[in-house]
Amino acid sequence: MYKKRKLGRGVAMVGAGMSKFDMFNDKDSKDLFVEAYIQMNASVDKGLDPEDIDALYLGNFTNDFFVQQSHWGAILSDSLGLVPKPATRTEGACASSALAFREGVFAIASGFYDVVLIGGVEDMSKRSTEEVAEGLALAASPYERKAGLTFPGVFAAIATAYFEKYGASREHLMNVTIKSHDNAPLNPKAQFNLAIRDMMAAKVKRAKSQGKAVPDWIDEKDFLRDERANPPIAWPMHLFDCCPISDGAACILLVAEEIANRFTDTPLHVVGLGQGSGRALHSADDLTYFEATRHAAKEAYDMSGLTPKDIQFAEVHDCFSIAEILHIEDLGFFAPGEGHKAVEEGLTRLDGPMPINTSGGLKCKGHPVGATGAAQLIEVWEQLRDKAGRRRVPKSDLRIGAAHNLGGTGGTCTFTILERR
Amino acid sequence: MAENPINDYGFEQFLNEGKLMGSKCNGCETLYVPPRSLCPGCRQSEMEWAETAGEGRLAAFTSISIGTPAMIKEGYDRNNPYCSGVVELVEGARVVARIEGIDSMHPETVEVGMPLRVKFLNQGTDDDRGTVLAFSPIEE
Ligand SMILES: [Zn+2]
Repeated sequence: MYKKRKLGRGVAMVGAGMSKFDMFNDKDSKDLFVEAYIQMNASVDKGLDPEDIDALYLGNFTNDFFVQQSHWGAILSDSLGLVPKPATRTEGACASSALAFREGVFAIASGFYDVVLIGGVEDMSKRSTEEVAEGLALAASPYERKAGLTFPGVFAAIATAYFEKYGASREHLMNVTIKSHDNAPLNPKAQFNLAIRDMMAAKVKRAKSQGKAVPDWIDEKDFLRDERANPPIAWPMHLFDCCPISDGAACILLVAEEIANRFTDTPLHVVGLGQGSGRALHSADDLTYFEATRHAAKEAYDMSGLTPKDIQFAEVHDCFSIAEILHIEDLGFFAPGEGHKAVEEGLTRLDGPMPINTSGGLKCKGHPVGATGAAQLIEVWEQLRDKAGRRRVPKSDLRIGAAHNLGGTGGTCTFTILERR
Repeated sequence: MAENPINDYGFEQFLNEGKLMGSKCNGCETLYVPPRSLCPGCRQSEMEWAETAGEGRLAAFTSISIGTPAMIKEGYDRNNPYCSGVVELVEGARVVARIEGIDSMHPETVEVGMPLRVKFLNQGTDDDRGTVLAFSPIEE
Protein backbone atom coordinates (compact mmCIF):
# COMPACT_ATOMS: atom_id res chain seq x y z
CA MET A 1 0.00 0.00 0.00
CA TYR A 2 1.15 3.51 -0.78
CA LYS A 3 1.89 5.44 2.37
CA LYS A 4 2.83 9.06 2.89
CA ARG A 5 6.43 9.15 4.14
CA LYS A 6 8.04 11.13 6.92
CA LEU A 7 11.44 11.23 8.59
CA GLY A 8 11.88 10.07 12.19
CA ARG A 9 13.71 13.34 12.84
CA GLY A 10 14.67 16.27 10.64
CA VAL A 11 17.87 16.29 8.59
CA ALA A 12 19.75 19.35 7.31
CA MET A 13 22.44 19.96 4.72
CA VAL A 14 25.17 22.16 6.22
CA GLY A 15 28.14 21.78 3.85
CA ALA A 16 28.82 21.11 0.18
CA GLY A 17 31.78 21.06 -2.20
CA MET A 18 32.67 19.63 -5.55
CA SER A 19 35.66 19.27 -7.85
CA LYS A 20 35.73 20.82 -11.27
CA PHE A 21 34.13 18.42 -13.75
CA ASP A 22 36.34 17.66 -16.75
CA MET A 23 38.48 14.93 -18.31
CA PHE A 24 41.68 14.68 -16.26
CA ASN A 25 44.68 12.60 -17.30
CA ASP A 26 46.59 13.27 -14.08
CA LYS A 27 43.88 12.85 -11.42
CA ASP A 28 41.79 9.86 -10.42
CA SER A 29 38.52 9.84 -8.52
CA LYS A 30 40.38 9.61 -5.19
CA ASP A 31 42.18 12.88 -5.93
CA LEU A 32 38.94 14.49 -7.07
CA PHE A 33 37.06 13.32 -3.98
CA VAL A 34 39.72 14.72 -1.67
CA GLU A 35 39.37 18.02 -3.56
CA ALA A 36 35.57 17.97 -3.13
CA TYR A 37 35.93 17.12 0.57
CA ILE A 38 38.33 20.02 1.22
CA GLN A 39 35.89 22.41 -0.47
CA MET A 40 32.98 20.96 1.50
CA ASN A 41 34.97 21.48 4.70
CA ALA A 42 35.61 25.11 3.80
CA SER A 43 31.91 25.66 3.13
CA VAL A 44 30.79 24.83 6.68
CA ASP A 45 30.15 28.31 8.10
CA LYS A 46 31.04 27.56 11.73
CA GLY A 47 33.58 24.85 10.93
CA LEU A 48 33.62 21.07 11.03
CA ASP A 49 35.72 18.90 13.30
CA PRO A 50 36.31 15.79 11.12
CA GLU A 51 36.27 13.71 14.31
CA ASP A 52 32.52 14.41 14.45
CA ILE A 53 31.80 12.61 11.17
CA ASP A 54 29.98 9.39 12.06
CA ALA A 55 29.92 7.67 8.66
CA LEU A 56 30.44 8.00 4.90
CA TYR A 57 27.97 7.02 2.19
CA LEU A 58 29.60 7.06 -1.23
CA GLY A 59 27.84 6.80 -4.59
CA ASN A 60 29.89 5.22 -7.36
CA PHE A 61 28.52 3.46 -10.43
CA THR A 62 31.30 1.37 -11.82
CA ASN A 63 34.82 2.10 -10.80
CA ASP A 64 35.00 -1.70 -11.12
CA PHE A 65 34.69 -1.41 -14.89
CA PHE A 66 36.16 2.02 -15.63
CA VAL A 67 39.38 1.65 -13.64
CA GLN A 68 39.17 -1.96 -12.44
CA GLN A 69 38.94 -0.94 -8.82
CA SER A 70 36.11 -1.96 -6.56
CA HIS A 71 35.30 -1.33 -2.88
CA TRP A 72 35.64 2.41 -3.32
CA GLY A 73 33.73 3.39 -0.14
CA ALA A 74 36.28 2.14 2.37
CA ILE A 75 39.27 3.06 0.22
CA LEU A 76 38.16 6.69 -0.15
CA SER A 77 37.29 6.84 3.53
CA ASP A 78 40.97 6.08 4.19
CA SER A 79 42.00 8.92 1.82
CA LEU A 80 39.97 11.37 3.92
CA GLY A 81 41.40 10.11 7.22
CA LEU A 82 37.99 8.83 8.34
CA VAL A 83 39.17 5.31 9.22
CA PRO A 84 37.87 3.44 11.28
CA LYS A 85 34.46 5.10 10.77
CA PRO A 86 32.04 3.04 8.63
CA ALA A 87 31.89 3.62 4.87
CA THR A 88 29.21 2.26 2.58
CA ARG A 89 29.09 2.39 -1.22
CA THR A 90 25.75 2.77 -3.01
CA GLU A 91 25.09 1.88 -6.65
CA GLY A 92 22.13 2.94 -8.77
CA ALA A 93 23.86 3.58 -12.09
CA CYS A 94 23.83 7.37 -12.79
CA ALA A 95 21.71 7.86 -9.64
CA SER A 96 24.32 6.32 -7.32
CA SER A 97 25.05 9.40 -5.20
CA ALA A 98 21.38 10.42 -4.89
CA LEU A 99 21.01 7.00 -3.26
CA ALA A 100 23.98 7.77 -1.00
CA PHE A 101 22.26 11.02 0.01
CA ARG A 102 19.06 9.14 0.85
CA GLU A 103 20.90 6.53 2.90
CA GLY A 104 22.63 9.31 4.81
CA VAL A 105 19.31 11.01 5.49
CA PHE A 106 17.80 7.76 6.74
CA ALA A 107 20.80 7.03 8.96
CA ILE A 108 20.38 10.40 10.69
CA ALA A 109 16.57 10.32 10.71
CA SER A 110 16.68 6.94 12.47
CA GLY A 111 18.70 8.50 15.28
CA PHE A 112 21.67 6.21 14.67
CA TYR A 113 24.07 8.89 13.44
CA ASP A 114 24.18 12.69 13.85
CA VAL A 115 26.79 13.77 11.28
CA VAL A 116 27.12 11.98 7.94
CA LEU A 117 29.32 12.62 4.93
CA ILE A 118 27.84 11.99 1.47
CA GLY A 119 29.97 11.56 -1.61
CA GLY A 120 29.80 10.75 -5.26
CA VAL A 121 32.66 9.98 -7.64
CA GLU A 122 33.33 8.68 -11.11
CA ASP A 123 36.50 8.43 -13.17
CA MET A 124 35.51 7.74 -16.79
CA SER A 125 38.00 9.39 -19.11
CA LYS A 126 40.78 6.83 -18.75
CA ARG A 127 38.82 4.57 -21.11
CA SER A 128 38.08 4.97 -24.82
CA THR A 129 34.68 6.32 -25.87
CA GLU A 130 33.63 2.82 -27.00
CA GLU A 131 34.64 1.34 -23.65
CA VAL A 132 32.77 4.03 -21.72
CA ALA A 133 29.69 3.28 -23.81
CA GLU A 134 30.13 -0.40 -22.98
CA GLY A 135 30.46 0.41 -19.27
CA LEU A 136 27.34 2.57 -19.24
CA ALA A 137 25.44 -0.13 -21.14
CA LEU A 138 25.95 -2.40 -18.12
CA ALA A 139 23.05 -0.45 -16.61
CA ALA A 140 20.66 -1.10 -19.53
CA SER A 141 18.55 -4.24 -19.88
CA PRO A 142 20.11 -7.29 -21.61
CA TYR A 143 17.33 -7.26 -24.24
CA GLU A 144 18.25 -3.73 -25.27
CA ARG A 145 21.88 -4.62 -25.83
CA LYS A 146 21.03 -7.63 -27.97
CA ALA A 147 18.75 -5.47 -30.15
CA GLY A 148 21.78 -3.23 -30.78
CA LEU A 149 20.40 -0.41 -28.63
CA THR A 150 23.02 1.84 -27.05
CA PHE A 151 22.23 4.30 -24.23
CA PRO A 152 21.74 7.20 -26.66
CA GLY A 153 19.73 4.74 -28.79
CA VAL A 154 17.21 4.07 -26.01
CA PHE A 155 16.63 7.79 -25.43
CA ALA A 156 16.49 8.34 -29.21
CA ALA A 157 13.71 5.76 -29.50
CA ILE A 158 11.85 7.46 -26.64
CA ALA A 159 12.20 10.75 -28.54
CA THR A 160 10.54 9.33 -31.68
CA ALA A 161 7.60 8.06 -29.60
CA TYR A 162 7.30 11.52 -27.97
CA PHE A 163 7.53 13.29 -31.35
CA GLU A 164 4.80 11.04 -32.74
CA LYS A 165 2.47 11.51 -29.78
CA TYR A 166 2.86 15.27 -29.32
CA GLY A 167 3.96 16.59 -32.72
CA ALA A 168 7.38 17.70 -31.46
CA SER A 169 10.60 17.57 -33.49
CA ARG A 170 14.38 17.77 -33.31
CA GLU A 171 14.08 21.57 -33.29
CA HIS A 172 12.52 21.34 -29.84
CA LEU A 173 15.46 19.31 -28.56
CA MET A 174 17.80 22.02 -29.83
CA ASN A 175 16.14 24.53 -27.51
CA VAL A 176 17.20 22.40 -24.53
CA THR A 177 20.80 22.28 -25.72
CA ILE A 178 20.98 26.02 -26.44
CA LYS A 179 19.56 26.84 -23.00
CA SER A 180 22.03 24.54 -21.18
CA HIS A 181 24.93 26.08 -23.09
CA ASP A 182 23.72 29.57 -22.16
CA ASN A 183 23.86 28.70 -18.44
CA ALA A 184 27.18 26.84 -18.45
CA PRO A 185 29.58 29.78 -18.94
CA LEU A 186 28.26 31.16 -15.62
CA ASN A 187 29.35 27.98 -13.79
CA PRO A 188 33.11 27.80 -13.11
CA LYS A 189 32.84 24.05 -12.32
CA ALA A 190 31.32 23.20 -15.72
CA GLN A 191 33.19 21.04 -18.23
CA PHE A 192 31.97 23.11 -21.19
CA ASN A 193 31.91 26.84 -20.73
CA LEU A 194 30.90 28.24 -24.10
CA ALA A 195 27.44 29.30 -25.23
CA ILE A 196 26.62 27.83 -28.67
CA ARG A 197 26.95 31.21 -30.35
CA ASP A 198 30.41 31.71 -28.81
CA MET A 199 31.41 28.26 -30.03
CA MET A 200 30.20 29.19 -33.53
CA ALA A 201 32.20 32.43 -33.45
CA ALA A 202 35.32 30.54 -32.34
CA LYS A 203 34.95 28.03 -35.19
CA VAL A 204 34.45 30.82 -37.73
CA LYS A 205 37.52 32.62 -36.41
CA ARG A 206 39.60 29.44 -36.58
CA ALA A 207 38.46 28.69 -40.14
CA LYS A 208 39.41 32.22 -41.19
CA SER A 209 42.84 32.10 -39.57
CA GLN A 210 43.54 28.73 -41.18
CA GLY A 211 42.35 29.91 -44.60
CA LYS A 212 39.62 27.24 -44.65
CA ALA A 213 36.04 27.55 -45.91
CA VAL A 214 34.22 29.77 -43.42
CA PRO A 215 30.96 28.26 -42.12
CA ASP A 216 27.91 30.44 -42.80
CA TRP A 217 25.54 29.36 -40.03
CA ILE A 218 22.77 31.93 -39.66
CA ASP A 219 21.91 31.07 -36.05
CA GLU A 220 22.38 28.45 -33.31
CA LYS A 221 19.83 26.04 -34.75
CA ASP A 222 21.45 26.31 -38.16
CA PHE A 223 24.72 25.26 -36.49
CA LEU A 224 23.00 22.35 -34.72
CA ARG A 225 21.39 21.22 -38.00
CA ASP A 226 24.84 21.05 -39.66
CA GLU A 227 25.86 17.39 -39.47
CA ARG A 228 29.55 18.26 -39.73
CA ALA A 229 29.27 20.37 -36.57
CA ASN A 230 26.69 18.17 -34.86
CA PRO A 231 26.88 14.59 -36.19
CA PRO A 232 24.22 12.00 -35.41
CA ILE A 233 25.01 9.50 -32.63
CA ALA A 234 21.67 7.68 -32.58
CA TRP A 235 19.16 9.64 -34.62
CA PRO A 236 17.45 11.86 -33.53
CA MET A 237 20.12 12.18 -30.80
CA HIS A 238 23.10 14.10 -32.16
CA LEU A 239 26.38 14.97 -30.44
CA PHE A 240 24.90 18.11 -28.84
CA ASP A 241 21.96 16.15 -27.43
CA CYS A 242 24.30 13.96 -25.37
CA CYS A 243 26.15 14.58 -22.11
CA PRO A 244 29.94 14.18 -22.26
CA ILE A 245 32.35 11.73 -20.66
CA SER A 246 33.53 13.30 -17.39
CA ASP A 247 35.57 12.82 -14.26
CA GLY A 248 34.49 14.46 -11.04
CA ALA A 249 33.50 14.25 -7.40
CA ALA A 250 30.98 15.87 -5.07
CA CYS A 251 30.72 15.95 -1.29
CA ILE A 252 27.90 16.94 1.09
CA LEU A 253 27.61 17.17 4.87
CA LEU A 254 24.30 16.15 6.47
CA VAL A 255 23.49 16.57 10.15
CA ALA A 256 20.51 16.14 12.46
CA GLU A 257 18.33 19.24 12.25
CA GLU A 258 18.49 19.72 16.02
CA ILE A 259 22.28 20.30 15.90
CA ALA A 260 22.40 22.16 12.57
CA ASN A 261 23.00 25.55 14.23
CA ARG A 262 26.37 24.27 15.49
CA PHE A 263 27.47 24.28 11.85
CA THR A 264 25.61 27.18 10.21
CA ASP A 265 22.79 29.67 10.67
CA THR A 266 21.45 28.90 7.19
CA PRO A 267 21.07 25.12 6.85
CA LEU A 268 18.98 23.61 4.06
CA HIS A 269 16.25 21.30 5.30
CA VAL A 270 15.53 18.02 3.55
CA VAL A 271 11.77 18.42 3.13
CA GLY A 272 10.97 16.00 0.31
CA LEU A 273 12.51 12.65 -0.64
CA GLY A 274 11.29 10.34 -3.36
CA GLN A 275 12.62 7.35 -5.23
CA GLY A 276 11.07 5.10 -7.83
CA SER A 277 12.02 2.16 -10.03
CA GLY A 278 11.21 1.65 -13.70
CA ARG A 279 11.02 -1.16 -16.21
CA ALA A 280 13.03 -2.07 -19.29
CA LEU A 281 12.13 -0.09 -22.42
CA HIS A 282 9.95 -2.80 -24.00
CA SER A 283 7.81 -3.34 -20.91
CA ALA A 284 7.36 0.34 -19.94
CA ASP A 285 3.67 1.14 -19.68
CA ASP A 286 4.25 4.16 -21.92
CA LEU A 287 7.29 5.28 -23.90
CA THR A 288 6.69 9.00 -23.36
CA TYR A 289 7.21 9.27 -19.62
CA PHE A 290 9.33 7.77 -16.86
CA GLU A 291 7.26 5.81 -14.37
CA ALA A 292 10.12 5.95 -11.83
CA THR A 293 10.30 9.77 -12.01
CA ARG A 294 6.56 10.10 -11.50
CA HIS A 295 6.67 7.84 -8.45
CA ALA A 296 9.68 9.67 -6.98
CA ALA A 297 7.90 13.00 -7.50
CA LYS A 298 4.71 11.78 -5.85
CA GLU A 299 6.61 10.56 -2.79
CA ALA A 300 8.58 13.78 -2.43
CA TYR A 301 5.59 16.09 -2.92
CA ASP A 302 3.45 14.06 -0.49
CA MET A 303 6.16 14.05 2.16
CA SER A 304 6.77 17.80 1.86
CA GLY A 305 3.17 18.92 1.44
CA LEU A 306 4.45 20.97 -1.51
CA THR A 307 3.20 21.01 -5.10
CA PRO A 308 5.15 21.51 -8.33
CA LYS A 309 4.19 25.21 -8.23
CA ASP A 310 6.13 25.63 -4.98
CA ILE A 311 9.43 24.50 -6.55
CA GLN A 312 11.26 27.67 -7.61
CA PHE A 313 13.94 26.00 -9.78
CA ALA A 314 15.24 22.50 -10.36
CA GLU A 315 18.13 20.43 -11.59
CA VAL A 316 16.86 17.53 -13.71
CA HIS A 317 18.72 14.60 -15.24
CA ASP A 318 19.37 15.73 -18.83
CA CYS A 319 21.67 12.86 -19.85
CA PHE A 320 20.06 13.39 -23.26
CA SER A 321 18.07 16.45 -24.34
CA ILE A 322 14.80 14.51 -24.69
CA ALA A 323 15.12 13.35 -21.07
CA GLU A 324 14.91 16.95 -19.78
CA ILE A 325 11.64 17.45 -21.65
CA LEU A 326 10.11 14.26 -20.21
CA HIS A 327 11.28 14.98 -16.67
CA ILE A 328 9.86 18.50 -16.47
CA GLU A 329 6.52 16.96 -17.40
CA ASP A 330 6.87 13.95 -15.07
CA LEU A 331 7.80 16.24 -12.15
CA GLY A 332 4.60 18.22 -12.73
CA PHE A 333 6.22 21.52 -13.76
CA PHE A 334 4.44 21.28 -17.12
CA ALA A 335 1.55 19.11 -18.35
CA PRO A 336 2.29 15.97 -20.41
CA GLY A 337 3.07 17.03 -23.97
CA GLU A 338 3.73 20.64 -22.94
CA GLY A 339 7.39 20.34 -21.92
CA HIS A 340 8.81 20.93 -25.38
CA LYS A 341 6.65 24.03 -25.80
CA ALA A 342 7.72 25.37 -22.39
CA VAL A 343 11.38 25.11 -23.36
CA GLU A 344 10.67 26.73 -26.73
CA GLU A 345 8.93 29.65 -25.00
CA GLY A 346 11.93 30.17 -22.72
CA LEU A 347 10.04 29.26 -19.55
CA THR A 348 12.96 27.10 -18.32
CA ARG A 349 15.67 29.67 -18.96
CA LEU A 350 17.60 31.17 -16.04
CA ASP A 351 15.39 34.28 -16.16
CA GLY A 352 12.20 32.31 -16.86
CA PRO A 353 9.44 31.39 -14.39
CA MET A 354 10.81 27.84 -13.92
CA PRO A 355 14.60 27.76 -14.34
CA ILE A 356 15.84 24.25 -15.15
CA ASN A 357 19.48 23.15 -14.92
CA THR A 358 20.97 26.50 -13.97
CA SER A 359 24.29 24.64 -13.59
CA GLY A 360 24.38 23.94 -17.33
CA GLY A 361 22.97 20.47 -16.67
CA LEU A 362 24.68 17.19 -17.33
CA LYS A 363 25.10 18.34 -20.94
CA CYS A 364 27.50 21.16 -20.05
CA LYS A 365 28.45 20.82 -16.40
CA GLY A 366 29.50 17.24 -17.18
CA HIS A 367 28.27 13.84 -16.04
CA PRO A 368 30.74 11.80 -13.96
CA VAL A 369 27.87 9.41 -13.36
CA GLY A 370 28.42 8.47 -9.71
CA ALA A 371 28.97 12.13 -8.74
CA THR A 372 25.98 13.60 -10.55
CA GLY A 373 23.23 13.12 -7.97
CA ALA A 374 25.24 14.84 -5.24
CA ALA A 375 26.43 17.55 -7.64
CA GLN A 376 22.83 18.40 -8.58
CA LEU A 377 22.03 18.90 -4.89
CA ILE A 378 25.11 21.12 -4.60
CA GLU A 379 23.68 23.37 -7.33
CA VAL A 380 20.50 23.67 -5.26
CA TRP A 381 22.67 24.47 -2.21
CA GLU A 382 24.57 27.20 -4.06
CA GLN A 383 21.37 28.76 -5.37
CA LEU A 384 19.52 28.70 -2.03
CA ARG A 385 22.55 29.97 -0.10
CA ASP A 386 23.21 32.76 -2.59
CA LYS A 387 26.56 31.32 -3.72
CA ALA A 388 25.66 30.86 -7.39
CA GLY A 389 27.17 34.17 -8.47
CA ARG A 390 26.18 35.25 -11.97
CA ARG A 391 23.89 32.27 -12.49
CA ARG A 392 21.79 32.98 -9.40
CA VAL A 393 18.10 32.50 -10.14
CA PRO A 394 16.76 36.08 -10.31
CA LYS A 395 13.83 35.61 -7.93
CA SER A 396 13.44 37.75 -4.82
CA ASP A 397 12.71 35.13 -2.17
CA LEU A 398 14.59 31.99 -3.19
CA ARG A 399 13.71 29.32 -0.64
CA ILE A 400 12.79 26.01 -2.32
CA GLY A 401 14.76 24.08 -4.94
CA ALA A 402 14.83 20.47 -6.06
CA ALA A 403 16.97 17.92 -7.85
CA HIS A 404 15.95 14.95 -9.98
CA ASN A 405 18.44 12.17 -10.70
CA LEU A 406 17.98 9.22 -13.08
CA GLY A 407 19.89 5.95 -13.29
CA GLY A 408 20.29 3.79 -16.37
CA THR A 409 17.47 4.18 -18.85
CA GLY A 410 15.03 5.13 -16.08
CA GLY A 411 15.41 2.10 -13.80
CA THR A 412 16.17 4.29 -10.77
CA CYS A 413 14.90 7.86 -10.30
CA THR A 414 15.03 10.14 -7.28
CA PHE A 415 13.55 13.53 -6.47
CA THR A 416 14.79 15.58 -3.53
CA ILE A 417 13.39 18.90 -2.31
CA LEU A 418 15.49 21.26 -0.16
CA GLU A 419 14.25 24.32 1.72
CA ARG A 420 15.96 27.33 3.29
CA ARG A 421 13.84 28.59 6.16
CA MET B 1 7.40 -27.22 -27.08
CA ALA B 2 6.38 -27.76 -23.50
CA GLU B 3 9.93 -28.66 -22.60
CA ASN B 4 11.49 -25.24 -23.17
CA PRO B 5 11.93 -23.56 -19.79
CA ILE B 6 9.88 -20.36 -19.46
CA ASN B 7 12.84 -18.00 -19.39
CA ASP B 8 15.33 -16.33 -21.73
CA TYR B 9 16.97 -19.68 -22.59
CA GLY B 10 13.63 -21.10 -23.73
CA PHE B 11 12.88 -17.90 -25.65
CA GLU B 12 16.22 -18.13 -27.45
CA GLN B 13 15.62 -21.76 -28.37
CA PHE B 14 12.36 -20.75 -30.03
CA LEU B 15 14.06 -17.89 -31.87
CA ASN B 16 16.52 -20.46 -33.24
CA GLU B 17 13.50 -22.38 -34.57
CA GLY B 18 12.09 -19.22 -36.17
CA LYS B 19 9.33 -18.74 -33.61
CA LEU B 20 8.55 -15.58 -31.64
CA MET B 21 7.06 -16.94 -28.43
CA GLY B 22 5.91 -15.36 -25.21
CA SER B 23 4.55 -16.52 -21.89
CA LYS B 24 0.87 -16.17 -21.13
CA CYS B 25 -0.38 -15.77 -17.56
CA ASN B 26 -3.04 -18.34 -16.64
CA GLY B 27 -4.57 -15.82 -14.25
CA CYS B 28 -5.01 -12.65 -16.32
CA GLU B 29 -4.10 -13.96 -19.82
CA THR B 30 -1.52 -11.20 -20.33
CA LEU B 31 1.16 -12.13 -22.87
CA TYR B 32 4.80 -11.34 -22.06
CA VAL B 33 7.44 -11.22 -24.81
CA PRO B 34 10.23 -12.01 -23.91
CA PRO B 35 8.64 -14.38 -21.40
CA ARG B 36 8.31 -13.78 -17.69
CA SER B 37 8.13 -16.71 -15.30
CA LEU B 38 6.15 -14.62 -12.81
CA CYS B 39 3.26 -12.36 -13.84
CA PRO B 40 3.95 -8.90 -12.39
CA GLY B 41 0.21 -8.19 -12.52
CA CYS B 42 -1.05 -11.28 -10.65
CA ARG B 43 2.29 -12.08 -8.99
CA GLN B 44 1.72 -15.74 -9.68
CA SER B 45 3.80 -18.16 -11.74
CA GLU B 46 1.25 -20.30 -13.61
CA MET B 47 2.48 -19.40 -17.10
CA GLU B 48 2.45 -21.19 -20.44
CA TRP B 49 4.05 -20.64 -23.82
CA ALA B 50 2.04 -18.91 -26.56
CA GLU B 51 3.14 -18.21 -30.11
CA THR B 52 2.69 -14.70 -31.48
CA ALA B 53 1.55 -13.85 -35.01
CA GLY B 54 4.91 -12.17 -35.51
CA GLU B 55 3.32 -8.93 -36.66
CA GLY B 56 3.07 -5.49 -35.15
CA ARG B 57 3.69 -1.82 -35.67
CA LEU B 58 6.70 0.41 -35.14
CA ALA B 59 6.25 2.17 -31.79
CA ALA B 60 9.67 3.89 -31.57
CA PHE B 61 13.02 3.61 -33.31
CA THR B 62 16.47 5.04 -33.82
CA SER B 63 19.16 4.96 -36.48
CA ILE B 64 22.43 4.28 -34.70
CA SER B 65 25.73 5.68 -36.01
CA ILE B 66 27.86 4.69 -33.00
CA GLY B 67 26.78 1.14 -32.24
CA THR B 68 27.29 -1.53 -29.63
CA PRO B 69 30.60 -3.44 -29.77
CA ALA B 70 28.82 -6.38 -31.48
CA MET B 71 27.33 -4.14 -34.17
CA ILE B 72 30.61 -2.30 -34.78
CA LYS B 73 32.18 -5.74 -35.32
CA GLU B 74 29.49 -6.46 -37.93
CA GLY B 75 30.69 -3.42 -39.87
CA TYR B 76 28.13 -0.80 -38.88
CA ASP B 77 29.40 2.74 -38.44
CA ARG B 78 28.70 6.40 -39.18
CA ASN B 79 28.56 5.70 -42.92
CA ASN B 80 26.51 2.57 -42.46
CA PRO B 81 24.11 3.12 -39.54
CA TYR B 82 21.58 0.50 -38.44
CA CYS B 83 18.11 0.78 -36.95
CA SER B 84 16.74 -0.63 -33.71
CA GLY B 85 13.42 0.05 -32.10
CA VAL B 86 10.36 -0.94 -30.15
CA VAL B 87 7.65 -2.97 -31.89
CA GLU B 88 4.13 -3.25 -30.52
CA LEU B 89 2.86 -6.71 -31.46
CA VAL B 90 -0.74 -7.23 -32.57
CA GLU B 91 -1.20 -9.16 -29.31
CA GLY B 92 -0.33 -5.97 -27.39
CA ALA B 93 3.09 -6.87 -25.97
CA ARG B 94 6.09 -4.74 -26.97
CA VAL B 95 9.54 -6.02 -27.88
CA VAL B 96 12.86 -4.36 -28.65
CA ALA B 97 14.42 -5.55 -31.91
CA ARG B 98 16.59 -4.65 -34.85
CA ILE B 99 14.54 -2.95 -37.57
CA GLU B 100 15.60 -3.84 -41.11
CA GLY B 101 14.43 -2.62 -44.49
CA ILE B 102 13.97 1.02 -43.49
CA ASP B 103 16.21 3.85 -44.64
CA SER B 104 18.80 4.21 -41.87
CA MET B 105 20.52 7.03 -43.79
CA HIS B 106 17.26 9.04 -43.88
CA PRO B 107 15.50 8.18 -40.62
CA GLU B 108 13.39 11.33 -40.83
CA THR B 109 11.44 9.62 -43.65
CA VAL B 110 10.54 6.59 -41.50
CA GLU B 111 7.01 6.58 -40.13
CA VAL B 112 6.34 5.53 -36.55
CA GLY B 113 3.24 3.31 -36.63
CA MET B 114 4.17 1.44 -39.83
CA PRO B 115 3.25 -2.28 -39.95
CA LEU B 116 6.10 -4.75 -39.50
CA ARG B 117 6.67 -8.49 -39.65
CA VAL B 118 9.19 -10.51 -37.68
CA LYS B 119 12.39 -11.90 -39.16
CA PHE B 120 15.16 -13.88 -37.57
CA LEU B 121 18.76 -12.81 -38.18
CA ASN B 122 21.70 -15.20 -37.98
CA GLN B 123 19.26 -18.11 -37.56
CA GLY B 124 21.09 -21.41 -37.54
CA THR B 125 24.55 -19.83 -37.67
CA ASP B 126 27.15 -20.28 -34.97
CA ASP B 127 27.20 -16.53 -34.21
CA ASP B 128 27.68 -16.44 -30.43
CA ARG B 129 24.78 -14.02 -30.02
CA GLY B 130 22.38 -16.70 -31.31
CA THR B 131 19.37 -15.70 -33.38
CA VAL B 132 18.72 -11.95 -33.32
CA LEU B 133 15.13 -10.74 -33.30
CA ALA B 134 14.35 -8.28 -36.09
CA PHE B 135 11.37 -6.80 -37.90
CA SER B 136 10.95 -5.36 -41.38
CA PRO B 137 8.13 -3.51 -43.14
CA ILE B 138 5.21 -5.55 -44.48
CA GLU B 139 5.06 -4.96 -48.25
CA GLU B 140 1.55 -3.87 -49.18
ZN1 LIG C 1 -1.40 -12.32 -14.62
